Order: sequence, then structure tokens, then C-alpha cells
Amino acid sequence: MLEHDVLVIGAGLAGMRAAIAAKAGGADTAIISKVHPVRSHSNAAQGGINAALIDRGDNWEDHAYDTVKGSDFLGDQDAIEVMCQSAGTSLIDMEHMGVTFNRDDAGRLGTRAFGGQRRARTFFVGDFTGQAMLHVMFEQLIKSGVRSYEEWFVTGLIQEDGQVCGVTALEIRTGQVYAIRAKTVIFCTGGLGRVFEPSTNALIVTGDGIALAYNAGARLMDMEMVQYHPTTLAGSGVLISEAARGEGAYLLDKNGDRFMEKYAPNMMELASRDVVSRAEQTEINAGNDVDGCVLLDCRHLGAELIQEKLSQIREIGIDLIGIDMVKQPIPIRPGMHYIMGGIKTDVDGLTNLPGVYAAGECACVSVHGGNRLGANSLLDTIVFGERSGNHAAQAAREIEYVDFDVDGVVDRERERIQDMLDRPNNDDRVASVRLGMGQSMNANLAVYRNQAGMQETLGDLDELRERYSKVPVDNKGRVFNTDLVFALELGFMLDCAQTIAVSALDRQDSRGAQSRTDFPNRDDENWMKHVVVTKGEGGPDISYLPVTVTQWTPEERKY
Amino acid sequence: MEVTLRIRRYDPESNRPESYWEEFPVSLEGNATVLDALIKVREEVDGTLSLRCSCRSSICGSCAVRINGQAGLACKMQAADAVDSDGVIVVEPPGVMPVVKDLVVDFKPFWDKIREVEPYLQPQGEEPEGEYLASNESMLHLSGVTSCIMCGACVSDCTVLEVDPTFLGPAALAKAYRFTADPRDGDEEGVSKERLEKLSEVTGMWDCTRCSECVQVCPKGVAPMDRIMALRDQAMEAGLTDNNGSRHATAFTESVAHSGWLDELQLTVKSVGAGNVPALLGFAPVGLRALARGKMPPIIHKSIENVEGIRKLAEKLEDPEPE
Repeated sequence: MLEHDVLVIGAGLAGMRAAIAAKAGGADTAIISKVHPVRSHSNAAQGGINAALIDRGDNWEDHAYDTVKGSDFLGDQDAIEVMCQSAGTSLIDMEHMGVTFNRDDAGRLGTRAFGGQRRARTFFVGDFTGQAMLHVMFEQLIKSGVRSYEEWFVTGLIQEDGQVCGVTALEIRTGQVYAIRAKTVIFCTGGLGRVFEPSTNALIVTGDGIALAYNAGARLMDMEMVQYHPTTLAGSGVLISEAARGEGAYLLDKNGDRFMEKYAPNMMELASRDVVSRAEQTEINAGNDVDGCVLLDCRHLGAELIQEKLSQIREIGIDLIGIDMVKQPIPIRPGMHYIMGGIKTDVDGLTNLPGVYAAGECACVSVHGGNRLGANSLLDTIVFGERSGNHAAQAAREIEYVDFDVDGVVDRERERIQDMLDRPNNDDRVASVRLGMGQSMNANLAVYRNQAGMQETLGDLDELRERYSKVPVDNKGRVFNTDLVFALELGFMLDCAQTIAVSALDRQDSRGAQSRTDFPNRDDENWMKHVVVTKGEGGPDISYLPVTVTQWTPEERKY
Repeated sequence: MEVTLRIRRYDPESNRPESYWEEFPVSLEGNATVLDALIKVREEVDGTLSLRCSCRSSICGSCAVRINGQAGLACKMQAADAVDSDGVIVVEPPGVMPVVKDLVVDFKPFWDKIREVEPYLQPQGEEPEGEYLASNESMLHLSGVTSCIMCGACVSDCTVLEVDPTFLGPAALAKAYRFTADPRDGDEEGVSKERLEKLSEVTGMWDCTRCSECVQVCPKGVAPMDRIMALRDQAMEAGLTDNNGSRHATAFTESVAHSGWLDELQLTVKSVGAGNVPALLGFAPVGLRALARGKMPPIIHKSIENVEGIRKLAEKLEDPEPE
């Protein structure tokens, strides 16, 4: 029997940080991931990680205020305080582990400016900070000796009398189904970007953990808050880092004008992401676009700076659309990038289900509220990854393993999968169902939303779920059956899509990333609260939680 | 754009598990990558095609395959640049590592070697309260190596690994260099002598034959071979010269500096050590074969004409004048 005190699902930055912490806390710890840890999507974080270092004359309250304001006052201020207070220590820990942060002339950690913040407090490794941190965290995982199940796909949670006591998982290499018993489970499965098409997110980002937790009874919160990043590449929608604007790049309309003057005269291109994306979309809708895009102009930064600090995005432009940003502006547009919402947790990562934790993008503490600041996501992963690992290890000491019928559980899961493989061909395809979902979400749950559109998407999702229940799987084999994995992921994605759409439809105001043309204003009197969605008998149930305010009274946002 | 993907397939569960070629015609948009084409096949034509892929932007390292015989990332290569005159793109799994299914290979040997170099920072002194002080140049230099995404392209096409699976290989050695070149790793001077000792052993840095294949195929400009050469410099500077590789390098330099060309007999003797009779005897069959084919180097090694010029050059290299 495979069993562990702490089982971490997902091996990105949050997951590995949690596993290392849990192991250090004395727990028998394992980490399970559908891809090898270094393939995780934390790789894609480009620009940096925020921290207010006291010895630079910064202080955590300033960082916290910028975060609260960025969240459009929907973030829980107690959680934001925890994150920003821990940031310095967590950052220095990463440096001690070996991250090759860029330095200033004195040999100390160097900073760059980032959106929505009044001073430069973003620490970085070129424009591949996430990759640099992820690989170092993997190095530490090796050092820690945590048991690692690589290329194992978690298909379900095992519950006995409401207590989560393990998971079922498919070993992708062999096609075998296993049950793994666990005293505590930590979800670190990342976001759900592929629910939208296009998205900046990697193909593996399919909301697995969010859906698993939801189906097991966990509360999801702020699910309507979907971040559209202001600079995603025309065509594939791949991310072009905010670091470009942090280093001074301009956003231009078709006439070559810096249109941000109209929307954020002080912060210009470095206003918060929701504000910049909305501005771009407004310009595009008004016909000031170039083939559906606006332009990101880096030419004045010079080849040398671009090569030192923005080399990866330069490479992406050349490889994917044949444009060298040293010589030409690149066409960009707002694109789905991040989910602020997720599995509701407290500041120790604990959910409403005993023994179940969540950290990183799949979780909602909520530190990002209505809009996440750039470079706060890496911080979120390591701060709350560590806290949840610590807490789970401690909790596991007080918890006994729960007995369950292992063979029965494995047999039922194997049968469920076999039933999918045995479906008759009906000329429908998994990819076609997924595309239908992604396009409908991108049409109606993007930068601007309205009731009719969102209702249309909810209707689409009903039809798509119906199709999903019958969609055939081409590959009937056992060994490395990626076709089967995609089919299982699509089930998770459809669940996530529905929770987003019902939450967005329920929230009748515009706040942070949610801009409703039918409710264009922020309505603090009625909607200064979190929308919570749980799985009910007949579908998603909506409830509300208050926003925690400690020291910053909500006010109108201006950048 | 119409292209034909010619894919090397393998299904271990089939009745006759042997690899075979299968061709798929696909229509692509102008900017499509080879990965876009593979995904199109998998999503629209044949879901049994197995491949690893994720980020689509050369950062996750999942989709290394061989395209037209050379390893690279499918997501980085534009289809238009990969087609031959008949519109065909040949895609195979990466080399060296065993194939699991279709384009998916078993990375275990790859990760085992990464683990072998103890791939985590090992500072010897006391940890500072704040960050370690380090120059930006040193960090930028390391970033040139840490930009490695562990895709395995270099390992796939390494000509040493092809014949000697015990070689640590370009990825693991580049990873090792990432630590030996880190001012925070090792002693207070930043010298990681213990690492360099281990890496100087057989299967380590001296087993690279400098074919440059890894430099050619690396999609991230890491230039693993250059890092291996830098490891050799570090090892010799740290005084780790009691091994064949280091002696070979020294003898090579000395011979050229002295006579203007290579004294192959002396090179052999000096590399293994003049007192190392068993090793020298081991070369006897090679020597006899060379003799039989008239390829034995001259016993008396004469200098080239105008060797003075070479010697002056060598002196300058040894002791460059200050600028």
C-alpha cells in the first residue's frame, strides 16, 4: 500500500515548496505530478517576484497597500499582510538556495519596476524568473529526499464519511491505476488557463485540482476573477512579460499614440493589469487596433538592455511571429492569463475540508482579490506553499490513516476509465469539445462581460457537458496514453468553466478583472464581498463571504 | 501551407512492437510550429500519437524531438523552416534514451545523471543574514547556464553517449558547471574543489570529445561543450592534474609549443603517465595495427620549419602582456 503523511498534488513552485517544508517538518512526504517537476507551469512566470526589503528603504505595508489597491479592495487584508510580511524572508531563502537573481552595482539583489506598484520591488532573473526559481526548487527537492511520483495523474479523491483519505492516480507510463493513502493532501495544481482559448497558459494547465476539490465539497471563491494579461502575442497568445513595460516599453495604438495617457495618466503602461487590459480592449473595440491588436514598442530600450533583461521574449517574438522587438514593435492583445479565484483557504492553506490544503494558483487565500499584481504570484507560491507544508506536517501528527476498501476503490476507478475507452466512435472529438468551451469562455467571460453573453456560455457548457459524456477516446492502449489524459482533463475543465460563469453572472458589479457592461460600476454597498461556489445537488450553489479589512478602507482606484 | 509529417511511431503494445514510419498530411497557418503540426495530427486525425508538450514557448523542455535528424524543440521550430523541397518534415523521438511510445522517451537515465552531480548549492561558509553579495556579471554568466530547460536535446545528439552510456553527458556537466562557477558554492573563494575532483573522474568532464553537437542543437544557447571546457580549466587551476585528461591537455600544449605540431607517441605516454606500464601495454595492439598500415608516427619527432614563431606565440599565450 502506498501511503504518506502528506501528499502534495502538483510539483510546481508551490507544490515543491510545500513538500520540502512538510518533509523538514518530519512528515513522510510525497509529491505527485502529471508532468516531471521542471515541466511545471511556474516556468512561465517571467518578470519577477515582489518583496519589500527593509534594507532598501522599502516596507511591507507599502507593498501590502499596493496589493490591496491592485485587488480592487477585494483581497483579504489579513492574508495580504501575511504574504507581504513574509516576502523578504522567503525571497532571501530562495537566494540562499541558489537562485541567480540579477544584482545591482553593489552586488546586492537588483530590482525592476512592475505594474501597480509605487516603487521598484520586483526581484528578477532576466525574464525567466519562474524557470530559474522552479529549477532551484527542484534542486532542493532532490536534496530533501521527498518521494516523487512523476508523470502520475490524479484522477480522483478518496473520501470516507466526508474525510479525504487519499487519491486514485493513473501512472501514465504504464496505464496502471493506484490508490495512495494520505493523512493530509495539499493541492498545488496551478490554474485553469486552458479553459479559455487562447490563453497564455501551458497545455497542462487544466484546473484538475480546483475541480477535484470542488467535487469533494471544497468551497471555491472569487472564481469570476479571471486575469487577462495586457501583453499576449498575436496568434498563439503566448505571454510577453510585463517586464518589457517594467523596463520602459510603450503601448501604442494604430496611430502610434501612447493611449494609456487617457486611462492612467500617472502610471501609464504600468497601471494594474486589469486597467491596462481594459484600456487596450476599449481601443481595439473603438477601431484603433492593428489587426485586432495594439503594439508593444521596445525599440527605444536598445539592443543591449533587451539582450540582458528581455532575451526570452525577444526570442519568442522571433520564433513565433518572425518579429525582432529590437527593430519592430510587436502586436499584442489582452489574453487569459491567471485565475485569482480558487480553492478557498485560510492563511495556512487549510480548506473547509479537514486534512485538505491548497496553495499557489489553485488556491484563493485571497491575496489577489479582483486583480493580481504582476510578480505577486511567485511570491504567493513560495509563501503559502511553505505555510501549507508546515501546517499539514503538523496536522498529520494528530491524524490517523483512514481505512478504506483499496481494491474496491481501484477497481471502480479502473472501470470508470475503461468505460471512457470503450465508448463507441460518434465522430465527435475531445479537442473539438475543448475548443468549443474555450471559445465560448473567451467570447463571453473575457475583459468585458454581460448577462446575455454569460448566459449563452452557460447554455453552451450544458451542451458541451452532454457531448463530453459521450466523446470517444481514440487511443485504447495503456502505455503513455496522452489521449486518455486529455479526456480526463477536459472533465475537470468543464467543471471549472461552469464555476467561473455562474460566479461572474452572480456578481452584479464591476470590480477588478470583472467588467460588466450591464453593471459598469463598483458597488461596495452590495458587492464588497466574495462570491463562493460549492457543488450542490443540482449544480453549483452560490454563497458569500465577507472581505477582511484591517487597515485600508476601500476607495476609488486611480493610477 | 500544406506539409507532410513523417513520424517515427512505436507502440509497445502492438502485436509486432517495432518502430515504423507513418505520414500525415496537414494544413497549417503560416506561422505554425512543428509542435502545432503534431498537435493538429493528435487532435484532429489520430489521438493515438503520444508526445510530451506543454508550454509552446521553449521554456518547459517537454517537446524535444528529432526534426529532420537533429534534436530540437518542436515548439521552437517553424514548420516552414523545417520542410524539405517535397514539403516533408521528418519527426523522430530523441536519441540515446529508450523509446516508451512514439515520440516519448524514458528520461530516467537523464535525471539519474543530473542527480549524480549533486545538483544543489553547497556553500561551505556561514550563511549571511541577507543575500550573498555577488557581481551582476557572475550572475549573468550563470544565467547563461541556468537557462537550460533540461529538454535533453544535447543528450539526444551527444556522440559520446551514443557509444558510452556511462558518460555524464552534456546536460549534467553543464548543470555541474552552474555550481562550480557560482561564487556562492564551495569554499570562501568560491572554489568547488570536491565537485571538481568528482567530475575529473572517468565518465566526467574529460570524456567529452569536443564534437560540438550539443552546442549546435541546444535550443537555449547554453553551449554545454563550452561549459565542459570551462570545467576542465577550473579543475586544472584547482590543481587536479593527476588524471589522463589533464595530462593529455598539458602534453598536447607542450608538444605544440615546443615543436609546432603534435608528437603523438609522447602524447600517449604523457597522458597515461610514463610509469603506467599496464596502460601503455594496452596501447600495443593499436600501435601494431598502426605500424602494419604505415600510420605509426615518427619515432624521432622533428620541429616544423620556423618553429620560433610558434614558440613566441606560445610564450605570449602563457604570459600575455598587460593591455
